[in-house]
Amino acid sequence: MTPHAQVPEAVLSYEEALAAFDPVMGLEVHVELNTASKMFCGCSTEFGASPNTQTCPVCLGLPGSLPVVNAKAIESAIRIGLALNCSIAEWCRFSRKNYFYPDMPKNYQISQYDEPIAFDGWTEVEVDGETYRIGIERAHMEEDTGKSLHVGGATGRIHGADYSLLDYNRSGVPLVEIVTKPIEGAGAKAPEVAKAYVAMLRDLLRGLDVSDVRMEQGSLRCDANLSLRAHGTVEFGTRTETKNVNSLRSVERAIRYEITRQAAILTDGGVIHMETRHWHENDGVTSPGRSKESAEDYRYFPEPDLVPVAPSREWVEELRATLPEPPQQRIRRVSADWQFSELEMRDVLNAGAVNAIEATVAAGCSPQAARKWWLTELARRANENGVDLEATGVTPQQVAEIQALVEAGTINDKLARQVFDGVIAGEGSPAEVVTGRGLAVVSDDGALGAAVEAAIEANPGVADKVRGGKVQAAGALIGAVMKELGGKADAGRVRELIIEKLTG
Amino acid sequence: MSAELTHLTASALAAQIATGELSSVQVTQAHLDRIAAVDDLVHAFLHIDRDRALDQAAAVDAKRAAGERLGPLAGVPLALKDVLTYTGAPTTCGSKILEGWMPPYNATVTQRLLDADIVILGKTNLDEFAMGSSTENSAYGPTRNPWDTDRIPGGSGGGSAAALAAFEAPLAIGTDTGGSIRQPGAVTGTVGVKPTYGGTSRYGLVALASSLDTPGPCARNVLDAALLHRVIAGHDPRDSTSIDAPVPDIVGAARAADVSGMKIGVVKELGGEGYAPGVEQRFTEAVALLESLGADIVEVSCPHFDYALAAYYLILPSECSSNLAKFDAMRFGLRVGDDGVLSAEQVMAATREAGFGAEVKRRIIIGTYALSSGYYDAYYGQAQKVRTLIARDFEAAFADVDVLVSPTTPSTAFRIGERVDDPLAMYKADLCTIPSNLAGNASASFPVGLAPEDGLPVGLQVMAPPLADDRLYRVGAALERALEAQWGGSLLDRIPELTTLQEVAR
Repeated sequence: MTPHAQVPEAVLSYEEALAAFDPVMGLEVHVELNTASKMFCGCSTEFGASPNTQTCPVCLGLPGSLPVVNAKAIESAIRIGLALNCSIAEWCRFSRKNYFYPDMPKNYQISQYDEPIAFDGWTEVEVDGETYRIGIERAHMEEDTGKSLHVGGATGRIHGADYSLLDYNRSGVPLVEIVTKPIEGAGAKAPEVAKAYVAMLRDLLRGLDVSDVRMEQGSLRCDANLSLRAHGTVEFGTRTETKNVNSLRSVERAIRYEITRQAAILTDGGVIHMETRHWHENDGVTSPGRSKESAEDYRYFPEPDLVPVAPSREWVEELRATLPEPPQQRIRRVSADWQFSELEMRDVLNAGAVNAIEATVAAGCSPQAARKWWLTELARRANENGVDLEATGVTPQQVAEIQALVEAGTINDKLARQVFDGVIAGEGSPAEVVTGRGLAVVSDDGALGAAVEAAIEANPGVADKVRGGKVQAAGALIGAVMKELGGKADAGRVRELIIEKLTG
Repeated sequence: MSAELTHLTASALAAQIATGELSSVQVTQAHLDRIAAVDDLVHAFLHIDRDRALDQAAAVDAKRAAGERLGPLAGVPLALKDVLTYTGAPTTCGSKILEGWMPPYNATVTQRLLDADIVILGKTNLDEFAMGSSTENSAYGPTRNPWDTDRIPGGSGGGSAAALAAFEAPLAIGTDTGGSIRQPGAVTGTVGVKPTYGGTSRYGLVALASSLDTPGPCARNVLDAALLHRVIAGHDPRDSTSIDAPVPDIVGAARAADVSGMKIGVVKELGGEGYAPGVEQRFTEAVALLESLGADIVEVSCPHFDYALAAYYLILPSECSSNLAKFDAMRFGLRVGDDGVLSAEQVMAATREAGFGAEVKRRIIIGTYALSSGYYDAYYGQAQKVRTLIARDFEAAFADVDVLVSPTTPSTAFRIGERVDDPLAMYKADLCTIPSNLAGNASASFPVGLAPEDGLPVGLQVMAPPLADDRLYRVGAALERALEAQWGGSLLDRIPELTTLQEVAR
């Protein structure tokens, strides 16, 4: 048991929890837009610059400075809204959300409150062949805060730190927050639906080219609300909000954990407290944060420094006309192009491998081979390292190159795994790894012939069987040759040589 | 020589600088000398930029010597209200919390002054963060009214108005949130103009209430105000609320000085009971004068003006409670209690306790309350509705008349200390000026004489529709021309000589 856990983990299994309760989810996804400049000033938004080099009086909130809205950010927000089938406000305002936060220079955040730019939309995700419709409450614009670094403490938190450093490069970077309506009816699939939704959003946003959608860099962050209600009841239970869940896998795990945690408490006759919770990636648990009862009063009011936003209908229709292919439509298209079986396609979707496969195919690989590598070799590595499929360190281009080497007979599948290792270890391109590690298969008859002779001599019984017509018995001899040559033999050629020798 | 120089109008100074009769250095030095002589008594300035002002003046003289064409106010000195940023000089907003803060950028208004070759003498005193009607709330001590140094010079722009009336500067910049240009103008016998909201940029103006704040010109006569107005007006892409429309021909209107055929409405709700008899008298005479100049005078009712003060004192504190949140001791200004033991929140609290004055705290608390979730609808929301009704009153009135007029203030300058313990009495000084801020239209105060009972200046307020700022100048200039003919000169010619007062005071 970890120090974070509130209840013993084994009190209730996931299946038991779902037997008693229906989960209801609400997902809030923050997307950092990839505009060149910030939401309310002209400062660069480039990631990774030296601290405080991308700031000005406006994003530092200096006395007298005023915000001016970045039109490109409005455009991106509208495109996101349209892609999520939302209505686009004809007239909306920014509000001030007043609260103290050490890295928020004005001590209020310019956000949208009761007048979001996009509202009342929907989207769909597919999990295990079943389609779930997800209502979108709203997509609204706001500015990001800066970042604090607390130095000297054991925990990296402000308490116990000797001093804090503030970096305002991110302060004022445009964000769009996408909020779902309550997601009901997913049952035991709730964690998978949540993950599929975030994955779908990521694909959609990438397709729109409005965000870098890098969860590990925080440009896509998810807050997951979850409540449980007993089967057959209508009223929602008390919810908790798990903040800043930063990978697809964590979204699924965090929801799953909250379901069992809350179910255990409720079954035990306890009550759920409305609170924010923190997700602990390493322990796989959530811990309580701020209680919502004592939550600050944000004292929202319309931002008087900004004029209202009133996108013209013509502009909105222009933007609608230039939207890229929606993810669901794209999935239907690629599954037709690739000619995968229904089962194969479902596995691809569950693994979140559509993008990877599409890019690999685009790099010249066959769809089946691309599917094989991503769903076996790379999925296994992603799983072992607890990262998303696309964070394994191998690019679609490299996968295509490895497959090309296999098809050319330079390497076999077994050697290919070592090539993956080399690529991940940074040993260069697949071809360089083959050379560097000396992985090319041996197909030269001279070298193979000696090994074949040796194998026959060492296994007279097997050799007799093959001589007697049991060709399938040759496998054992091939294995012996492979062992002798450290796996680097061209298996096809070895087989031919054995047959020639014994039956020819 | 020097005294005469400081009593000249800005346009006269500019003309003589342009022809080389006077150098800008000479003019600037004369004003710096005047400041040195009288500002200990008046305390109009918080910061005097002697060396830089003389450098600027020398640069203007060099331009002239090189044959460059100079702008209409080039080389003329000006006093800048210490709520606008100016690099190289501290911007304190009259508050301890910003003591010594050097802004790293210029306000748009400041930059436009510099681009027009106007010489900035220094930063003028104000009520802390522009909250007040007397300049007694400055953390750096009150400014005194040059007409009577026992009295207030109005607020919050008392420093700017007093600098004009004390002949320390021929031009000044103020900011008007609820009357902070017009009310000091009225009680010092000077001209103060609140342009249309959005007609002048707020960029670099440390915000009191964002939806109300308006920078504007202060001068000793109407033409000078118009010339200065033209320098600072116009669209600014750095201010989202700045209006992208041509500036009306205000200088032409000031020169025209013609009200014949103009329809002028007298606001019924602004006058009568509670107004000093001398104020009423001079106002009534001025209206009669306008009628004699060919204006058509009608009485107009603006019924919701009665609620303007109440609405204003909910909207303003709400916005300022949020605008002042950034003064948290973390990145600029004062920091108190940072001993390595106190938490960030404790340091913030200690700094705010020490750095903010009573009036600022009062308004922050009122605003925080008015915006809180349980009270938003009852207070802030309701006040915004009243604001809409006031704007509609104006719209209805301007459908019938070209401008509206009223006294600028219910009384003449009151005594220092007289209202400090009575915030409501203090707030009433801005009774007549607040509706224009709530509606965002243009308005101005022009001197119309001295109240018989106390010999102190009285102002007349002119209110015009948004973007019709030129009408203010048309009325103001016509009044000024007719009144100066009666008086045989400027009203300020009658101001007691400060040096005499100084001797009396000692």
